Amino acid sequence: MSIDRRQFLKISGVSIIGVGAAGANLLLRGSLDALQTSPAEDGLKAKKWAMVVDMRKFKTEEDYKRIIDACHSIHNVPDMGNTKDEVKWIWTDTYEHVFPGQENKFLPDAIKEKQFPLLCNHCENPACVRVCPTQATFKRSDGIVMQDEHRCIGCRFCMAACPFGARSFNYKDPRPFIKEKNPEYPTRTIGVVEKCTFCTERLAKGLMPACAEKSNGAIVFGDLDDPNSEVRKLLSANYTIRRKPELGTEPKVFYIIGGSENA
Amino acid sequence: MSCPARRGKKMNDAGKIIPILIIFIAIAAFPFYYNMGKVSARPEPKLDTSAIQELTEKQCVESKEFMRANHMQLLNQWRDAVVREGKSIYVSSNGKKYNMSLQNTCMKCHSNKKDFCDSCHRYVSVKPYCWDCHIPPKERKS
Repeated sequence: MSIDRRQFLKISGVSIIGVGAAGANLLLRGSLDALQTSPAEDGLKAKKWAMVVDMRKFKTEEDYKRIIDACHSIHNVPDMGNTKDEVKWIWTDTYEHVFPGQENKFLPDAIKEKQFPLLCNHCENPACVRVCPTQATFKRSDGIVMQDEHRCIGCRFCMAACPFGARSFNYKDPRPFIKEKNPEYPTRTIGVVEKCTFCTERLAKGLMPACAEKSNGAIVFGDLDDPNSEVRKLLSANYTIRRKPELGTEPKVFYIIGGSENA
Repeated sequence: MSCPARRGKKMNDAGKIIPILIIFIAIAAFPFYYNMGKVSARPEPKLDTSAIQELTEKQCVESKEFMRANHMQLLNQWRDAVVREGKSIYVSSNGKKYNMSLQNTCMKCHSNKKDFCDSCHRYVSVKPYCWDCHIPPKERKS
């Protein structure tokens, strides 16, 4: 062997650079300039989407079932059959669980026992967004806290951060647990977190969120920044409360509680 | 500068290292020369769905050549535009507008996933995970 160590290292180094350059060339060839895209013209737009839930209009079991079924069937939300694996976008709970710290034992029984419809609050200062390591969850310019399932790595930091329990994790493949799949909307896969999106796909088509549409006026959706919007009118005419406002996340789902006669 | 001490220093164990390197390259390159000269059938993605037959102008959102080379980047940009930027309309290079949706636009025409998407993907052995979440159109079992 006439090759010495120095020559051997030189040859190896040059070969590695050559292979690297060939690889980089392959990667660069695969890039594509930005394509032209635009928002839908007939889509609904707002500066700050918000929701008012009028509890006076929730009277029967059917009132809750109708909105939950509408949301969960459109968005392919599975029914896992047990609370540990439960996946939910909209659900219900009692006053003392929904508004902790605001309960007292002299509240009307009707309110104590009443179920409150709950969903993601699309906070102004979303704790889930701050902790997400991949920016899979982020706040859109219209205030909607969106979830990009393509980026979610399933770390569940957001679930720990959310004070409202609005996020669910897919511990199992959800597909076998979806009774009837909506072919126009994706499902999720095992290992990602999901939640309510304020129906971004419907807003883009000019439609109101499914729960608002099916609620017979009990859920009102609109622009918090527009003083003439339906939500602002309701907020200025009624006393409303939000969930855990002391945490400073600024929820954008408001509740009109009403009195015992309405509950 | 000369460095006589280093010049010509013997490569230690060259007699072992070089044969082992040659054997390593021979093993690593095995798939290439094993398959050399063997031709497997070229995939022919089928375009014979009823939705495509009904089109007067049989044109995808961009030209066939563009789609063949760039559909993966196009789909990635569609995904980010819809999910992250809240945009849902694609303006193609000839000015036509399309709703950016894999399930509601692409697969409405290409309703034959098995004979269209899968035929090439299987050939080049790529496994895109689109269908882990996105629902493919219903096809008859073949």
